[in-house]
Amino acid sequence: MSKLPLIIKREYLAKVRNKSFVIMTFLSPILMVGMVVLIAYLTKLNDNEKRIISVLNESSYFTNDFLSDESTGYVNFENISLDAAKDSTANLGYTGLLHIPEEGDLEMVAERSFFYSKEAPSTSVLDDIENVFQERLRQQKLKNMGVSSQAFAQIADRFEIRTSTFAGEQNLKGINELKAAVGGAFGYLIMMFIIIYGGFVMRSVIEEKTSRIIEVIISSVKPFQLMLGKIIGTSLAGITQFAIWIVSASLLSLVAFAVFGIDPDTLNQGTDMTSMMGGNMATPVPSPSKAMEYFQELWRLPWLMLIVFFLIYFVLGYLIYSSIYAAIGAAVDNETDTQQFIFPIILPLMLAIYVGFFSVFSNPHGPIAVGFSLFPLTSPIVMLMRLPGGIGEGGVPIWQLLTSIALLIGTFIGIVWLAAKIYRIGILMYGKKPSYKELFKWLRY
Amino acid sequence: MNNILVTKDVTKRFGEHTALKKVSLEIPKNSIYGLLGPNGAGKTTLIRIINQITFPDEGEVFFDEEPLQSHHIAMIGYLPEERGLYKSMKVGEQALYLAQLKGLSKSEAKQRLKYWFDKFEIGGWWNKKVQELSKGMAQKIQFIVTVLHEPKLLIFDEPFSGFDPINANIIKDEILQLRDKGASIIFSTHRMESVEELCDHIALIHQSEKILDGKLSDIKKAYKSNIFEVGLEVEKGDILLQDLQEKFQITSYAFNPIEKQLDFKLQLPSSDSSDVLAYLSGKANINQFIETIPSANEIFIRTVQTKDADE
Repeated sequence: MSKLPLIIKREYLAKVRNKSFVIMTFLSPILMVGMVVLIAYLTKLNDNEKRIISVLNESSYFTNDFLSDESTGYVNFENISLDAAKDSTANLGYTGLLHIPEEGDLEMVAERSFFYSKEAPSTSVLDDIENVFQERLRQQKLKNMGVSSQAFAQIADRFEIRTSTFAGEQNLKGINELKAAVGGAFGYLIMMFIIIYGGFVMRSVIEEKTSRIIEVIISSVKPFQLMLGKIIGTSLAGITQFAIWIVSASLLSLVAFAVFGIDPDTLNQGTDMTSMMGGNMATPVPSPSKAMEYFQELWRLPWLMLIVFFLIYFVLGYLIYSSIYAAIGAAVDNETDTQQFIFPIILPLMLAIYVGFFSVFSNPHGPIAVGFSLFPLTSPIVMLMRLPGGIGEGGVPIWQLLTSIALLIGTFIGIVWLAAKIYRIGILMYGKKPSYKELFKWLRY
Repeated sequence: MNNILVTKDVTKRFGEHTALKKVSLEIPKNSIYGLLGPNGAGKTTLIRIINQITFPDEGEVFFDEEPLQSHHIAMIGYLPEERGLYKSMKVGEQALYLAQLKGLSKSEAKQRLKYWFDKFEIGGWWNKKVQELSKGMAQKIQFIVTVLHEPKLLIFDEPFSGFDPINANIIKDEILQLRDKGASIIFSTHRMESVEELCDHIALIHQSEKILDGKLSDIKKAYKSNIFEVGLEVEKGDILLQDLQEKFQITSYAFNPIEKQLDFKLQLPSSDSSDVLAYLSGKANINQFIETIPSANEIFIRTVQTKDADE
């Protein structure tokens, strides 16, 4: 019986039986969903609070312009002095007082209007009021220029240019960003997975070193087998954890939204924010029919191709990085010594994510995007951001894809070979904190 | 033939440092072979080469006449000096895992483990986590795991460290039994008294080189210096002593007139002691006549010091 499955099984069980791992697995979705629900609930609460603004209008303008709506109510004061109006506004607990003076033409009136409030008013209050003034002033000016408001409404059409590839495939504006966001999500997943589970691999190696079991084990199996078994076992545990997270988080959110009666639409703002953090570009808020189109467009993405390449890049990228993590674990005696080595490996990952968000999203086939999607330490993330655009014409040229994968495989072999060498020497070295120079020497043993 | 393991001119370098320099050993079957040497001499490196943890830069290793290969791993049991177990794993599960890594099937491993756990009366530990065990208890588990697959060659690196005298004795007896059952054992240690008790053969490694090897009894013969300790019961001990000092080389002496006991040490030119005995017989009642045989410890220190003085 081959020993690799034994090692994988042990590493897997050791990981999934670990108490903190179990707690993390089951608590995280609850925490995540709880936070989203809380945000949604608070947003709702905030919206529900209606603000009331009193208006003291002494002019002949704006008489029917300040109309109450869901979020803001307007109360008109009449025939009282400004001071009295201020007093009553404060006493009634209104948000503020808008004073529009009597004398002058529209522009002068607008110029001299004031908003009084107890505290500095929020921008949304001011926006509402300013919009009313602006609209009025514009209409006044149009009238002076002799343009009727109907004529103006006719020219006010918004224009969006339609785009198409040479092959005649029609695109929606912003769809590139949206597509890249899908790839970005994949890339981000890879990065998180590498950082979390690479760290697990490293800690597991350190544990074997500090508990001194390592020499017993490697007198039975080859160090390379042990390293590989550890990496695979840990990643299987990771995939288990991710699967549990995805399933339980979706179930929980369904339940939570049903129980709290939150319409997922109220989360629009929230999701925009989280998706910004998660790396998605805020898509232009589409109208319902547009949303349908975007949805259809997303549906038409080459999902099968995406998933196949996601798996290829995921496996290769993860193996490269986690074998580096294993080598680091082998080189040191305790976790505090790992810092100096970890930074250089996180750097390309971060670079890939940021370059992806800031450059690849807006120009998926530009020189920077091409460069980073060929460079093996960043390609698993950056190439996935480019791939939703398709392969071949209008998408990623085939030679780039092949070169990228070839480079990745080459690097994978090279890095695993180097890491295994460091690992083999490192696991039997105790007592001193190695320098890079030392590690380089080990490679030649 | 009669050697379980042979190394031929094994050399290992780590960068500038040479850990082993042309070490050739012949480890006979069915014996206990003491691998001795000061700290840092290269013992562990040699043992790691035998276990195929590291590989020699030059030279060859033969296991039972064949060049050492990876399938030999299952025929070797190794108890390293730096040893431990997974702390959060259960004892039984861990022992099973380690036994399976050595190529035993799960059912076979279980059966044998049960035998050993009963023998050491530790059956109740099966479901305990290793972190709940004392150091000595964990060492017992490690010993069991080392011998469980009934290897032809066993390598013990400081096997008694961490054991109290009672348990150390149990382990010692187990090692002797294993040899009697046909296993060959390499035994690496600094503790010379256990070398005397256990080893049939020894090799001394110092500064990466083998400086001495052979059967322990032969080495002792070679190192003895023809000194005899003699005890006599005699009336006029001081007179006899004067006679003796004229005829032989007496290195130290003591006479107790009340007990009429004369003790002295005698240096002879050869190991032939018949002249002395002939001379003494009839003159005194000999109650002690022992040839001083150097202890392994003395041989160890003497050899290492001579070697150092040469350089």
